[in-house]
Amino acid sequence: MPLKTVNKFDVKYMQILNEKGQVDEKLMPDLSSTQLTDLYKAMFLAREADERMLKLQRQGRLGTLPVNKGQEAAVCGATMAMTDKDWMVGAYRELGARLMRGSKLSGEMLYYNGFEEGISLPEGSRTLPVAIVLASQIPHAVGLAYASRLKGEKDVAAVSFFGDGSTSEGDFHEALNFASVWQAPVVFFLQNNMWAISTPRHKQTHAKTLAQRAIAYDMPGIQVDGNDVLAVYKAVKEALDRAKAGEGPTLIEALTYRMGVHTTADDPTRYRKNDEVTEWELKDPILRYRNFLENKKLWNDRKQKALEEEVKKQVDEAVREFEAFEDTTPDAPFDYVFGEPDEDLKAQREEFLENLKKDSENA
Amino acid sequence: MPKMTMVQAINLALHQEMEKDNSVIVMGEDVGVNGGVFRVTDGLIEKYGEERVIDSPLAESGIIGTAIGMAIGGLKPVIEMQFSGFSYLSIPQLEANASRMRNRSRGRFTVPMVMRMPYGGGVRALEHHSESKETYYAHTPGVKTVIPSTPRNARALLVAAMRDPDPVVFMEPKHSYRAFKEEVPEEEEIMPLGKARIVTEGTDLTVISWGAMFHATEKVVEQIAKERGVSIELVDLLTIHPMDRKTIRESVTKTGRCVIVQEAQKTLGPASEIIAEINDKALMYLEAPVKRVTMYDMMMPLFGREKAYIPSAGRIRRAIEETLDF
Repeated sequence: MPLKTVNKFDVKYMQILNEKGQVDEKLMPDLSSTQLTDLYKAMFLAREADERMLKLQRQGRLGTLPVNKGQEAAVCGATMAMTDKDWMVGAYRELGARLMRGSKLSGEMLYYNGFEEGISLPEGSRTLPVAIVLASQIPHAVGLAYASRLKGEKDVAAVSFFGDGSTSEGDFHEALNFASVWQAPVVFFLQNNMWAISTPRHKQTHAKTLAQRAIAYDMPGIQVDGNDVLAVYKAVKEALDRAKAGEGPTLIEALTYRMGVHTTADDPTRYRKNDEVTEWELKDPILRYRNFLENKKLWNDRKQKALEEEVKKQVDEAVREFEAFEDTTPDAPFDYVFGEPDEDLKAQREEFLENLKKDSENA
Repeated sequence: MPKMTMVQAINLALHQEMEKDNSVIVMGEDVGVNGGVFRVTDGLIEKYGEERVIDSPLAESGIIGTAIGMAIGGLKPVIEMQFSGFSYLSIPQLEANASRMRNRSRGRFTVPMVMRMPYGGGVRALEHHSESKETYYAHTPGVKTVIPSTPRNARALLVAAMRDPDPVVFMEPKHSYRAFKEEVPEEEEIMPLGKARIVTEGTDLTVISWGAMFHATEKVVEQIAKERGVSIELVDLLTIHPMDRKTIRESVTKTGRCVIVQEAQKTLGPASEIIAEINDKALMYLEAPVKRVTMYDMMMPLFGREKAYIPSAGRIRRAIEETLDF
């Protein structure tokens, strides 16, 4: 008997705004002028904040931190498509998204200066803390989506952020499968920044795209230009709409580039050529979007200058605020081991305070 | 003898073993072109090529799972978990298969592999980069858990680990990676696994520690010995499991007093087992209760507060003085 084709697949790629700032009007998402400029402001703040934090780290004023440069369109575009009711389940390279979701910049800085308090968001926030163990957070998004649906929450979905390296972990595959089986309202937002520390994308998988991993789990998988904030926004918005309409999960692969170091402990000159970085600088997400806004007469030099001043003030203020932090509760970690500490832990807390006192007396 | 950091000494062991034995394979995340995030595997890929030095996909369970297959198939994989905080994804494979294959196959198949990983605090790092959970591994029968403390013993123990017929978890105290140098012989040197090192002999008190904590402890011991003119026996445990019970037993039988210093949290840390051994075999020789100085029973706080939680020199000193004065 002849072989029959039982299923066929393809993977689409979407770009709306190209490197030169030209836009494909047919694909243009429905965004107001204010939303369009807000997006720019969010991306600009993300870049400036990131660069300042890198500087602070180099001056010894912050600890080891991941660097976000180049991925502003991906994280800000995705976040713009979400509402406050949606869950954000991030990894650790989404500074712009976290700021858009209400995290204080001074808090982010405090976190990278070694205090958990920095990234605790206010009650009611649906933004999970930074997740460092790669891919471990992806199934949480599926669980959150399931919980929201079971509780009858309308118009709620979860968005999981992760990188190309994470797609090699079991948790990624298991999360996609659960989401598929449950048809859970979840969006898997993959920032493919081409490098997992020193491991290039092609050593992570032999597959041509990462988006095609969706096929095995019978969900839509799309690749977008991750440095094109409009394409990212549109893809995530459509995926969220589908999820909220009960049509199941989506995998979005945003092609972007980690323009800087993996973390401040990393030295990329050991494993990648500078030419590659230069090439990607021409695809800078912020530059091209500014060109687009200027062409649309939504932006100009005067507005740019005002924004630069405002952001500088905001970042300066955040630095002042986090550096003014004084640890008056060194025993605070004991508050968060259990809801109700056991007797032994209470005794250990007393012992801790006693030790601290004695150590400072003898210092 | 050249002076080396622990990173250089471990690197030397890997280079020499790969040179000597073609079946040795190094695999992990960023261990090839990048030479490892701490540069422990520096220069291996240039010398031994991509087939023997593998930049793996980012998947800890996949790394150990394929390493188990390689080991059964006649290779000797030396895998790196980038940080011990990410190594727990290896536990299902380690527990279910690496540790049990010898037993399950009645000795027909064995898993001679080494799983290296940096562990411990004090390096101003992010969450999951600072903990000491040697108990997870020591609690797995069929797996040996080794923690070196200096460049020279790190090199000599790693050679032994790579030649061991069973899986060895090799936990490297990252705080000591570059903290100091020590003379390490170019020619091969091996130290047996499962054997503690008596660093200084003494008769008044036994002090036991391992890993990075060993150095903090050693300093305090030297000071107190000088100040008070007491004779302290300092023991560097080196292998957590199988534990060198004989050395512990004999030392405490001789001194009658013991203090244990560990970076791991209190409950069911290795100190608990040491105290149990003393209770079993040396109780009648004790002149004071055995004391332990440990991390508290919690996750290691971020580095802003970390120092206050890792056993301090003051805590070690007070424990030693109280035990001597009892």
